[in-house]
Amino acid sequence: MTEVTLSKVVKNYGKHRAVHGIDLDIQDGEFVVLVGPSGCGKSTTLRMIAGLEDISGGEIAIGGRVVNDLPPRDRNISMVFQNYALYPHMTVRENLGFSLKIAKKDEAEIAKAVDEAAGILGLAELMDRKPAALSGGQRQRVAMGRAIVRHPDVFLFDEPLSNLDAKLRTQMRVEIKKLHQKVGNTIIYVTHDQIEAMTLADRIVLMQDGYIVQVGTPLELFNAPVNTFVATFIGSPPMNLIDGVVSDSNTIQLAGGLSVPVPANAQGHVHIGQQVKFGFRADNLMPIGHAVEEEGERADLDLTVTLTEPLGTETILFTDIAGTEVQGKMLNPRPVRPGEVLKFRLMLDKCHVFDATSTDAVRG
Amino acid sequence: MDRNQSYRNHKRLMKALHLSGLFIVMAIICIPGLWIVLNSFRPTVEIMAKPPVWIPSFTLDHYRAMFGGAGEGGVPVFSYFRNSLIVSVVSTLIAILIGMSGGYAFARYKFKGKNGYFVGLMLFRAVPGVALSLPLFIVFARVGIIDTHIGLILAYVAMNVPFTVWLTDGFFRQIPKELHEAAEIDGCTRWQAFWQVEFPVAKSGVASAAIFAFLTSWNEFALASQLTRSVGSKTMPVGLLDFTAEFTINWGGMCALAVLMIVPALILTFLVQKHLIAGLTFGGVKG
Repeated sequence: MTEVTLSKVVKNYGKHRAVHGIDLDIQDGEFVVLVGPSGCGKSTTLRMIAGLEDISGGEIAIGGRVVNDLPPRDRNISMVFQNYALYPHMTVRENLGFSLKIAKKDEAEIAKAVDEAAGILGLAELMDRKPAALSGGQRQRVAMGRAIVRHPDVFLFDEPLSNLDAKLRTQMRVEIKKLHQKVGNTIIYVTHDQIEAMTLADRIVLMQDGYIVQVGTPLELFNAPVNTFVATFIGSPPMNLIDGVVSDSNTIQLAGGLSVPVPANAQGHVHIGQQVKFGFRADNLMPIGHAVEEEGERADLDLTVTLTEPLGTETILFTDIAGTEVQGKMLNPRPVRPGEVLKFRLMLDKCHVFDATSTDAVRG
Repeated sequence: MDRNQSYRNHKRLMKALHLSGLFIVMAIICIPGLWIVLNSFRPTVEIMAKPPVWIPSFTLDHYRAMFGGAGEGGVPVFSYFRNSLIVSVVSTLIAILIGMSGGYAFARYKFKGKNGYFVGLMLFRAVPGVALSLPLFIVFARVGIIDTHIGLILAYVAMNVPFTVWLTDGFFRQIPKELHEAAEIDGCTRWQAFWQVEFPVAKSGVASAAIFAFLTSWNEFALASQLTRSVGSKTMPVGLLDFTAEFTINWGGMCALAVLMIVPALILTFLVQKHLIAGLTFGGVKG
């Protein structure tokens, strides 16, 4: 059983505090993704778990054992680095077997473990090459192979796909997920890419400025963001936010004179005169005839399209509500010219309200 | 079409100029060396001839004399060679060990006054060695290590360490820190991570630093001429002086000894030139 527990973990660099006492419980076999913009402390947190950075305060436990002062080699973890960090002077086989050789395992055992890992990752034909003779995707796989060879308690991934081109990244993402299903270890994965986080994670830990902002499943973060940062960080395109004021207990007056009802989940939690941000996703603003037919309260709006982004199965439409640029979505797309006026349907039940000053969600 | 033609001509002209420039520079570098080798094989009359004799005749007289007895113009070649070898090899080994540790520390660790130390080392390097010969002579004389291998080795280590620190620092800096981190996660101690991963990767850099240190010690004359006295410690460059007498200089003999000095250095350089072509591929990192 290898759960990982962080309690009040702090990291200081001189006077600067990079991680502000975070608490996190990771279950055995869970795939947890730490995500956030650069400088949010996610890599530092991972490196503290790995033992590559000292912990300035708090406690980290792996499998119930406090590891604060243990060197990396005694934590039974393995790590995949952004730049792969393969040993350039060793062949793929030697790279894979290195940790076992250091552990003084006998030759036959090493060969067996290396072949097994190579089999899982499809590396058999590359075994005698040096890293320099491998493509980016192959290096990435070798790095992963090196991580699984020693059957660690926990896998740590530090932005492992950032150096790959877009297509390969999608492919490797699937391989990482398959690997997790196959070996079932606890995985802690750091990325700045919300799509990677959404697709891979059992649970996402969203960080900002050294604090954890929200922890939850991908859908929890997507459907119930705790503040505007989460709302705009998770999901693509980001959530649309329009400034508004609560004019009576049931109505929000938007900046451009448009008024919308307070969404059901926020009713009773707003007060009159409160400055708010009214949020909704592109999926909830669709032109009539190109929308998902669903029940619920809705508002129909005539909006001018300013820009289109055709993606094949859908087209992202840029338009304007109350002077704020917002994005809608068109299913079964037909060509749309900028300047065209379409009748959009805004699904009001799925909208969110955030307090304008605290940026926190207003929700029951 | 005309413009194309003129650009093409221009390109050809530039290439021709480039090649002749290269030829002249290489000639300036190589001809003195070649002349030494040629002179070592020709009779003295020919060496002194004016205008120079371009088609050399061949004789081994100078070599025969050099290895001969003291009365026939012989010098203790083997002793000089042995002294040179001991002093150069030992001082290079020590300088590389110290220099590599220093270079690694400068490349990897943060410590107070790091830049100060580094500049200090480089400044020390800027002091001309000869300027130190008198103080060194006095100190060594007091300690009693004038005319010993140890004395010369100490002086050369001091001379070479700053340079090897600077060179290996550069090589270790090129190695991403993730390599030793990966090694540590794979179960290495810091020490193992260095010897198993970082050192093999930086090997070419260390080898080139070693070659430079060796050649500096092997060729050094000014300090050696002050700090050595007898056959027991004189190195080959100092040995060359044996060919100067009060009124004459035995150019042929000097050239012959110089050739013996050049050959080992050449062989060594050839052996390690593969490593000198720096940068054992850094393919393990980045794509």
